[in-house]
This record gives sequence, C-alpha cells and structure tokens, in this order.
Amino acid sequence: MSYNLFVRQSSRKPTIGVLALQGAFREHGRALVKAGVTARQVRRRSELEGIDGLVIPGGESTTIGKLMVSYHLLQPVRELAAAGMLVFGTCAGLVMLAREVIEDDQPLLGLMDIKVRRNAFGRQVKSFEAPLEVPALGGEPFPGIFIRAPWIESAGPMVEILAKFEGHPVAARQDRLLVTAFHPELTDDLRLHQLFLEMLAGGEIKILEGQKATGFQKKAPS
Amino acid sequence: MKIGTMTVKTGLAEMLKGGVIMDVTNAEQAKIAEEAGACAVMALERVPSDIRAAGGVARMADPEKIREIQETVSIPVMAKARIGHFVEAQILEALEVDYIDESEVLTPADESNHINKWNFKVPFVCGAINLGEALRRISEGAAMIRTKGEAGTGNVVEAVRHMRTITSEIRQLAGMDGDELFKAAKELRAPIELVQWVAQNGKLPVVNFSAGGLATPADAALMMQLGAEGVFVGSGIFKSADPAARGKAIVEATTHFNDQQILAKVSTGLKEAMAGLDIKEIGEENLIQYRGW
Repeated sequence: MSYNLFVRQSSRKPTIGVLALQGAFREHGRALVKAGVTARQVRRRSELEGIDGLVIPGGESTTIGKLMVSYHLLQPVRELAAAGMLVFGTCAGLVMLAREVIEDDQPLLGLMDIKVRRNAFGRQVKSFEAPLEVPALGGEPFPGIFIRAPWIESAGPMVEILAKFEGHPVAARQDRLLVTAFHPELTDDLRLHQLFLEMLAGGEIKILEGQKATGFQKKAPS
Repeated sequence: MKIGTMTVKTGLAEMLKGGVIMDVTNAEQAKIAEEAGACAVMALERVPSDIRAAGGVARMADPEKIREIQETVSIPVMAKARIGHFVEAQILEALEVDYIDESEVLTPADESNHINKWNFKVPFVCGAINLGEALRRISEGAAMIRTKGEAGTGNVVEAVRHMRTITSEIRQLAGMDGDELFKAAKELRAPIELVQWVAQNGKLPVVNFSAGGLATPADAALMMQLGAEGVFVGSGIFKSADPAARGKAIVEATTHFNDQQILAKVSTGLKEAMAGLDIKEIGEENLIQYRGW
C-alpha cells in the first residue's frame, strides 16, 4: 500500500477517506463533497488504498480505537501518514491522533505531538456552542460546537495552535495533521475542511523537498 | 457560550451513530461494555427481561448505582426515567447523566403526558413505534429517537416492525404535496411543521436508533440495513452466556453491517444467546411497546 504523491499532478479529483467505524462520518463526507473532493468511507485496510487524505470523525474514541485495533488499521494509517498522507481529526479524531491521553491507556495513532485531556469541559450538560476566533481562517469567528469535548493540555514545538477557548488550545496543526476539539462537520461552515484541503496542495512541496513527515510512534498499543 | 442547546443535544446523538448502547446494571458490567466497544452505556437497576419477570413497579435506578457506573467508564452514561416522571429526570440531570431515556421499559408515571423535555439541559431519547409517536416526542423536546421493539424478549420481530413502519411512513410523506400534509399531520397527531420537515428531508429531524429485542450480531446488522443509525442492546448481552464476546461481536456487526464476510465471522462461536420469548405468548396486555401516548 503506498501513498500516491503524484496524484495532484494529474487532473483527477482528490479522494479523501473518512474513517467510518463509528460516529459522525456521514457529515464529514457531505462537507468534503461540498468542498469539491470525492469522499470515501473507510472501514477496512483495503479502503485506504489510493486516498489522498483521511478524516477521523467525532464519535467515541474508545470505540473507534478498539475497532481500529480489531481491523488492523492503526499501523497502515501511521505508515501512510509518515509517507505524507493528510489527516484531519475532530473531537474523537483529535484524541486518536494524540501522542498521549491523560489518565487513559486507550489505543491511539500517536501521530501528533500533543497531550490531550478527554471530556475536558465536563459531561454532556456542560457541552456548549461558542463563536471561536481562528486567525488562520480570517474573517468571521467559526461556530464552535463542543460536545463532551477534549482539549489540548500541552503541545510540542512542531505544533501550531490555531484556536483557543478560555485559554485551552482547541484547534491545532502539525505538518500534514489538522485537529479540532469541536465539530465543524455539524455546521454549514466549510472553512476548516477547505483549510484541510489546502494542505493537500501545500504540503506536497515539503515532502518533495525531502522534509521528513513527523511520525510519533508511541509504544505500539495494537 | 450557550449550553443545553438543541444543537449540542442532537450533536451527542450524532456522535453515537454507528455504535451500540448497552444496558448495564453495575460497574463491572459497564467496564465489560466499554471494553467490548460500546459507544455509551445505559445504567439501570435491572435489565428489561428481569423487569418483565419480576413484575411490580419499575423505577429510575438508585443514584448510587449511576454514580458508580459514571466513575468506572469514560464513555457517555445514560439512565432511564419513567414516562412523565419529570422529577426522576431532574434527579438524573443533577447527577449529570449524559442522556435520559424517558422509557416505556419502566412503569409510566403519567398516562397522558410525557416529560416536557425543553425544560432540561440534558438531552432525552424516547421510544416510538411509528412516525406520529416519534414526532410527538420530538415536539416535546426529544433530541434522539429509538424504535421501541419489545424490550426483554430477545425477539427482534417488533423492532423490525417499528423500523419498517417509520421508514414507510416517511416515504409516504415524501410523496405527498403540500396540501395533503395538513391531513397527514392530523392523522399522525403530530405538529405540521415537523411533518413538513420530514416530507422535505425524507428522514427524522433527529438521530434514530433501534431498540427492543436485539440479541445477536445478525439482529444488529439487520436493523442497520433497515435504516437504524445505531442500536441499543438491553438484555441481549448480559443475559447471554458470554457477554464480553457477544458485546464485541455486536459492536463489530453494527460497524460492518453491510459486510457479509465479517458478519459471518463475528457470528461464529458466541455460545448461548439469551432465551427468547414469542410475542404471541406474552399477551397483548403485557406488551410494553404500547406505553407512551
């Protein structure tokens, strides 16, 4: 299985996989199609073949992690990410991408140099909506929908924090990885999906320049 | 910053989609459910088949039990309140459960009125056997629906009936013109605005899970193929011979509901399923699906 670095030199429409094990994968699919790419649901290894990027949706991160272990998806996704595949994680997806989750030993991809606190804002009765300043998007605040949301407790030097809420980082980027603690897929605002797709164009140059994709390998939990 | 909005209430249901919500009666079972890959657990005193066997009045679980389960797992914890018992709901909100199931499995506290769910910050899921009932619950503020099935039987026939009824009624609405929708709303005993929304969008305005009588991975996949967005499994897991293995198999069948090879694999070697009940033997007066108005 190999990541096709040359895909964007052809005229083919990029294909973004959406991990469809559990959670809000259909909403991400709809947002991606609106943003102009082809979306493909990914449940098995073979469905990772030929995708240009992967979205890991909101859902329950313990459920998603266990199913990634059972269906042998952790290592292939790590390898594809190391080869330059884009990954966008929202909420549970942010948790899955983290190097470490506080007070938990659930299976993780461990690709991004962030330490994450799950359900950081509290239980469901504390779930909230709030407008968020995201300078990278410019213009209007982004409609933040936080549902039993995590936050980023600490981040390594390679991580660029894109947004904070009450002082806690809730959106970040590291090389070819994008994460949000909130749910852009539940809004009609496509700017974060567009930002992700812009990384598709921009990041390739970095790879061709020979920069190594950052691939944190936590002690393999699978 | 706004809390308790319909967006965050329905949003949690969106995050549960494609998952299995398992009934648990103590911390140990909750841990097994989480390990099996449940996307949430439902905390209750007794599973529906035991409630059915015991008879008497079934009520909200003891808060101590709910706390114990909340402290044990990191996934959402739901709990049941009796139909119309808004004080049980207030107590469950104080305990910060993540979802309240206003459930026909417990003995109803009000035979005319359901809980006014708009009064709460915590979201509610309610049962329905047809589209009219689903829309009435949504008009009262429910943020998620589950088809009722017949809980505690291990028999999927009623779950199938209710899911097919709702999808067929939605299809009928979608084929009507605007003038006919008023009459449809009258017949469904549901608000016209919701009826118009369903006709236009061809789906319920909130997430719809299946519940009541699911006992095997095949049952879960059947309900998913019939259009459920996720499943509740009550007695089916912890009344079986090997709850951990069966729970995991049902989770995998719910994710891979369209993959015959995987369904065959996860259905293999699961030991004994729960004993089932024939609906005809229960008797009409003992069916709990007709609780709710």
